[in-house]
Amino acid sequence: MTPYSSFLFFIILGILLAPTIILGLNGKSFRLYNMLVSVLVLALIFSNSLHGLIMLCLFTLWQTILIKSYIAYRREANSGIIFCLAAAASILPLALSKLLPFFAVDNWATFLGISYLTFKGVQLIIETRDGLIKKQLPISRLLYFILFFPTISSGPIDRYRRFEKDDQTVWTKEQYEDLLYKGINKIFLGFLYKFILGYCINTYVIMTMQYWTSSSFSHGLAYMYAYSLYLFFDFAGYTAFAVGISYIMGVKSPENFNKPFISRNIKDFWNRWHMSLSFWFRDYVFMRFVLWMTKKKWITNRMAVSNIGYLLLFLLMGVWHGLALQYIVYGLYHALLMVGFNFFEKWNKKYKWWPNNKWTTAVSVVVTFHFVCFGFFIFSGELIH
Amino acid sequence: MDFNQEVLLVLAEVCQDDIVKENPDIDLFEEGILDSFGTVELLIAFENHFNITVPITEFDRDEWSTPNQIIKQLNELR
Repeated sequence: MTPYSSFLFFIILGILLAPTIILGLNGKSFRLYNMLVSVLVLALIFSNSLHGLIMLCLFTLWQTILIKSYIAYRREANSGIIFCLAAAASILPLALSKLLPFFAVDNWATFLGISYLTFKGVQLIIETRDGLIKKQLPISRLLYFILFFPTISSGPIDRYRRFEKDDQTVWTKEQYEDLLYKGINKIFLGFLYKFILGYCINTYVIMTMQYWTSSSFSHGLAYMYAYSLYLFFDFAGYTAFAVGISYIMGVKSPENFNKPFISRNIKDFWNRWHMSLSFWFRDYVFMRFVLWMTKKKWITNRMAVSNIGYLLLFLLMGVWHGLALQYIVYGLYHALLMVGFNFFEKWNKKYKWWPNNKWTTAVSVVVTFHFVCFGFFIFSGELIH
Repeated sequence: MDFNQEVLLVLAEVCQDDIVKENPDIDLFEEGILDSFGTVELLIAFENHFNITVPITEFDRDEWSTPNQIIKQLNELR
């Protein structure tokens, strides 16, 4: 059963989470019960794919052994090579799942959620390397973090130390009332976004497009806007469900969207769109790359360091979406936008050509929106195929 | 010079903007004074000036977004 795709799924969740809500409203701990619910719902999600379930178990076992051994090692020593090996081993299952279809082999390594779960494993290795995780993690919490069902299929990508804080908290009655209210609110926002707006755009605009567009240009243009809006409402709707269910279970999973279509520039856009993913790449790829380059002094030109960093980040993000031409071009496109904006920002700081007032902001929002929509048009594959 | 003043000086140097000294409650990220590249430079500057190492993922933008917050965080890490 695909998570959040049918009302049956929500009805089952409602029944399973009733004891959680009763415990929460009485200020009692629901941690153990939630873990049991997680196991049950995972069984339900993977009920039609025994293969997926086996791969999920193997993946979790692999990551758990890796993380536990690396923490044990890191308490004694700190070699860069061992760190790189551990990080590579953590990415290995995902790399396999992306590469196998490329070689036209049966993709046995993949299962629902592998792309998102990998972020959780890798961040634990990196934070252990940084000395932010010093003690062995309790196995139950580590498994609960990796396998937390509300966010398993497509995020948002949580951070371990943030998750741990929520997991250790027993919310008071008043605090839980607030969480429950916000959670239900988000779930209904999700219904509006995914099942009403997203569904309508797809059914009444995208599916009928061939009948009312006259040329391939007007078709492309209409598709670009409609697909961009559909992508937002569909994904933001899914995210609202995932975050809403998390809140009801006492975990404040991070948000993914903050009004992305009012971004003033492309940098602003990446602080508002699929935030948990872009922040992950920002913190674990871009900033580390910049830090590394600056410390080693391999490249001394600041502009060059940040531009190469953007290229690295967005190419990786593109490849992560899949090893297909449209995703790589999409990554490259955003890298070039970021580099272009980087130059513009520096130049404008000097010459003050583009002032900051409400008129220029309005123009910036419109221009950014179009660049962003064109990016989604590339992403959709419609442009390339 | 006391520690807090020194932090402000380092911050002003990295941001290339004296507004951080004039308005220590300004949101550096909202105002576009600091970005992720600037953050890395700031962390390196803290390491060089004060010998305080702040890991990148410890730098949570909710808790490090104004000059005053940065001073508070660094005082705790000292």
